[in-house]
Amino acid sequence: MYDFDVEMPTSVAEAVAALSQEDAQALGGGQTLIPTLKQRLASPSVLVSLNGIAEMKGVCIGEDGQLCVGGATSHAVVAKDAAAHFAGLAELASHIGDPAVRNRGTIGGSLANNDPSACYPAAALGSGATIVTNARSIAADDFFQGMFTTALDEGEIITEVRFPIPQAANYQKFLQPASRFALVGVFVAKFADGVRVAVTGASNDGVFRWTEAETALGSDFSAGAVDGLTVSGDDMISDLHGTGAYRAHLVGVMTKRAVAAAG
Amino acid sequence: MAQVSMTVNGKAASGDVEGRTLLSSFLRDTLELTGTHVGCDTSQCGACVVHVNGEAVKACTMLAAEAAGAEVTTIEAMANADGSLSTIQQAFQDHHGLQCGFCTPGMVMSAAALLKDNPTPTETEIREYLEGNICRCTGYHNIVKAIMAASGQDVSSIAAE
Repeated sequence: MYDFDVEMPTSVAEAVAALSQEDAQALGGGQTLIPTLKQRLASPSVLVSLNGIAEMKGVCIGEDGQLCVGGATSHAVVAKDAAAHFAGLAELASHIGDPAVRNRGTIGGSLANNDPSACYPAAALGSGATIVTNARSIAADDFFQGMFTTALDEGEIITEVRFPIPQAANYQKFLQPASRFALVGVFVAKFADGVRVAVTGASNDGVFRWTEAETALGSDFSAGAVDGLTVSGDDMISDLHGTGAYRAHLVGVMTKRAVAAAG
Repeated sequence: MAQVSMTVNGKAASGDVEGRTLLSSFLRDTLELTGTHVGCDTSQCGACVVHVNGEAVKACTMLAAEAAGAEVTTIEAMANADGSLSTIQQAFQDHHGLQCGFCTPGMVMSAAALLKDNPTPTETEIREYLEGNICRCTGYHNIVKAIMAASGQDVSSIAAE
């Protein structure tokens, strides 16, 4: 790693001020950023750790009935504390990486990084979550803008993620066993006014909604409703772990499994 | 360089670190606690697992500066006060849960974290919990058996010898 300074602000306001320095970079749990720094793929002058900010940690139910998760909340805490309210989200969090990674990695870090194979983007987009930052609220539909690209401005921090709680939801991940990321992952959520289906791991553009499946499942929420629907593998990730066509096939399979598991 | 202070194995510890100094480096190079192993240095292998405020973390993927004020526990503090092996360590010896021993510190620290939250895990739960701890010698069966035994469960039905 190139050397850098580390700052440990204790409030969002302090963190925002620290991030206004030249070449400053926010540090969530570091489970992606620290390996990236080790490979010298990034060279910030200052890392601003968000892990000492108490107001950005924890899970609660807001006045509007939505599940609020602080941006610096670890996957392990979401897995435990969201279980009673939004089991599909807690289950997803409980299978990210491994136990030690889940104790450090954070929801804000995952969403801000927008790895095309990460799990949380599927949950946020599949639930129609709202990403709250120090400056504004961003709908998940507007937040994800392609591989490793989001609507966040320079120095903007995800302080909270608000999830509408679905009637039923499930996430199915076809594991890439070496990395523990999703080769393909599908998050399905059924709401009173419709169904949302979000796919991660498959597209070169990162997480996306499978609208044809949403329409079909909206009128018939059963695995069979997806029969005959296909997505094109032309723009999907092709690598040594699987071709685009293979991933496209998995999208259908994992959607069906998620619907069946959601009940 | 900046001064960082934390509690390591119940004792106050401090030292000068760079921003980029990893917790694993601080433990091994500054405090000379070399029981915490660094295998892959990419947060895959789990040889560097320590407890920070009671939670298992990979010390190679946490900055020392972020552990300021924390309670850190390493493999050096796992033995009993009289120097005898802890229940988990003794079970690893009894059930041949190690061969070369490189992964063992991380395995023991992960096992301790698991048993703290789940005192009688199933075989499946143990195997899932060890997802982030890689062993290239044992094939895992005897590690799983050792952890089951350490939790006081009957291990006679565990598959492998």
